[in-house]
Amino acid sequence: MRAITLDLVGMTKRFGSLTALDAVSLKVRAGSVHALLGENGAGKSTLVKCLVGFHQPDDGSILVDGKPQAIATPKDADTLGIGMVYQHFTLVPSMTVAENLVASQARLPAYIDWGANLARLRSLLSTMPFHIPLDVRASQLSAGEKQKAELIKQLYLGRRLLILDEPTSVLTPDEAKEVLGFVRQLTDTGALSVILITHKFDEVTRYADDVTILRKGAACRTGRVQDLSTTEMAEAMIGHALERKDARTRTATGTAPLLSIERLTAIGDIGLPAVKEVSLKVHRSEIVGVAGVSGNGQKELVEALMGQRERTGRIEVSGSEFSGSRRQLADLGVYGLPQEPLRNACVPRMSLKENMALRNFDRPPIARSVFVDWKALAAQAVALVGKFRVKASGLDAEMNTLSGGNVQRAVLARELTNDVRVLIASNPTFGLDFKACEETHDRIVNARNNGAAVLLLSEDLDELFDLADRIVVMSEGSLVYEVETASATKQIVGQHMAGAH
Amino acid sequence: MDPTSIGWLTLPLAILAGAIRVSTPFIFVSLGECITEKSGRINLGLEGNLVLGAMAAYAVSYLTGSPWLGVLVAGIAGMLFGTLHGLLCSVRRVNDTAIGISLMVLGTGLAFFWGKPFIEPKAPSLPTIGLGFWSDIPQIRSALEINALFFLGIALAFALQVVFTRTGWGLMLRTVGDSEDAARALGFKVRTVRILATSAGGFLAGVGGSFLSLSYPGSWSEGLSSGQGIMAVALVIFARWNPIRALWASLLFGGAGAIGPALQGMGVTGFYYLFNAAPYFLTLVIMIASTSRAQPFTDAPGELSLHR
Repeated sequence: MRAITLDLVGMTKRFGSLTALDAVSLKVRAGSVHALLGENGAGKSTLVKCLVGFHQPDDGSILVDGKPQAIATPKDADTLGIGMVYQHFTLVPSMTVAENLVASQARLPAYIDWGANLARLRSLLSTMPFHIPLDVRASQLSAGEKQKAELIKQLYLGRRLLILDEPTSVLTPDEAKEVLGFVRQLTDTGALSVILITHKFDEVTRYADDVTILRKGAACRTGRVQDLSTTEMAEAMIGHALERKDARTRTATGTAPLLSIERLTAIGDIGLPAVKEVSLKVHRSEIVGVAGVSGNGQKELVEALMGQRERTGRIEVSGSEFSGSRRQLADLGVYGLPQEPLRNACVPRMSLKENMALRNFDRPPIARSVFVDWKALAAQAVALVGKFRVKASGLDAEMNTLSGGNVQRAVLARELTNDVRVLIASNPTFGLDFKACEETHDRIVNARNNGAAVLLLSEDLDELFDLADRIVVMSEGSLVYEVETASATKQIVGQHMAGAH
Repeated sequence: MDPTSIGWLTLPLAILAGAIRVSTPFIFVSLGECITEKSGRINLGLEGNLVLGAMAAYAVSYLTGSPWLGVLVAGIAGMLFGTLHGLLCSVRRVNDTAIGISLMVLGTGLAFFWGKPFIEPKAPSLPTIGLGFWSDIPQIRSALEINALFFLGIALAFALQVVFTRTGWGLMLRTVGDSEDAARALGFKVRTVRILATSAGGFLAGVGGSFLSLSYPGSWSEGLSSGQGIMAVALVIFARWNPIRALWASLLFGGAGAIGPALQGMGVTGFYYLFNAAPYFLTLVIMIASTSRAQPFTDAPGELSLHR
């Protein structure tokens, strides 16, 4: 059997005063899939980065097939046959797939005989269940193809233990099945052992043999998947019993379109149209979810809507033309929840109270002619922080000292307390912990029930099916499919995301 | 009519000869910049390497009597200066653009300082290869007296293309320049590769400088370079980081630079300075045309700060 048996014993890693990993031990059996579950910041990445030589553990040992090994650099991991498919792909964008594969070899050839290399690559590819063009630049591959190319790269390098970091986050359900199914097939034949980092329970139950759950840097649960229920795994992950969630009450959707987009076209960063003739209406008390694999124009659509990107076409809010000027944003009640709120909705080095006033510091009561009334500004911050339970060391704390969940609460407080008529949310829960996620979802539904028209762009299908009244699918810059959530299935939405229309 | 007169052919011939002459330093500097930028760094200071190389080459050629030794020393001087750029930029939070500009000023300043004693004397020049042997017309013969470095530059462009696409080093260089994440994941030493690439770029820029002072008639003066080192940066962008295209772009720039003198040689003296400005005007037009937002920019190395 080629696959590796891996034992991690007492792995500890500290960054300054923070203990990122606290004596984590786990065993990956040869030819098995071992799932690693945990919230963001639980230490999953730190653990695997110690395995591939990016971090040095402060304590603990790594045993490969029973022998202790020191892994100081990625080269050492490579020699042991340990490789990783990163969440952010590590293909070189301007090189072809073939060049990428050849460049990844441990010993770079002095002179490359492309004829022989291509022949070898083609014969390797013929053993795979999926096809990747060899002479296309990596930048032109879709997210799914990139994921497959990364996988092929690792197999080409003859890996015996493979770490997959949230491999399906950018894949459609069908692609996910294809990729993980192939991985499962390789482990079953004993060619490979796999560590699968994920936050999707169905992937754990379907593809993994064992599971280790990390919380706050410690392994709080480890065992056979068949012995654990999803509820047990979820509770171990978040550290307390799941509250029984009541179905959210919803008011009826209105008939008046509050946000109306007509033939919106916007040019992307590299100069090609990223949003193509998009027309869409969002009504009062309605959440329209935009599904799509990342990079299909969602980012550009949001930027065009909020006035951050040049565009053609017409946007109307409550019947009047909207171009995203500051005055219109305020008068028409257009608010936004962008992804990565610290970067896109805050000024990280300004204080919490200043960030809370970014929307209205230039209007009374905070503005007095050209001056800012600091008392009024502080009073507003106190009220919002109290109401939304933002935890910070003080109102003068710099925004970037707050935790991710508290930054999000602060942004929710700023964006959702006024009279919201249109809300544009884009991956609003990306990178948030379980609790902040739930809170954000509740606030969005709340805004909807209070009469707002909500456009929710998300790469997370579960989130869309949970929140949206209607789902549209965006693919290559166009809206290609539309369905009422009540009659939608993930399978069909996923197929449209993948471009089958 | 004078039997040796070739009439209107004088102009294209003069432009051709001028293009070859003017383009040679462009070829070397732009190929050097190509290597550096492929690694994900930009060295705006190559003008400094160029002038320093010109001075060093002239001084060594004068002192030893060997112009080729001068070329080598010019390259080494440029390489040391490139290495300095590479090392300085490896310090955290140091910006390669700012370092480049300050090194440009430093390099020209040092060259003027050390070069003072060499303004007067006459140093031996580099050999030329006469490709005009088939013709009896003296204008053609003199136009086709081509400096040996020009041929070296052409060979180098093709050699670099092979290095970039067909060697392990080339793939490593491009990986480092295009995606630092990928390079780290593959275990490449990003910083080392970049320092070496900047050194190599500096070497070629130094060699380009040696052409300025050692090609016929050959002299060292402070007004020797007219910004070729800076324009080479624009040229590399225009050539989209491809050595072969950089070669063609150098010839184009050289040709544009030769229009003014060629017209003057024919007795057209009006607009002399305007025609002399042709390469600079071309630089502007090319920069605007090739960096327009509407043009897809997929060839640019991903780690290059001018593109980030």
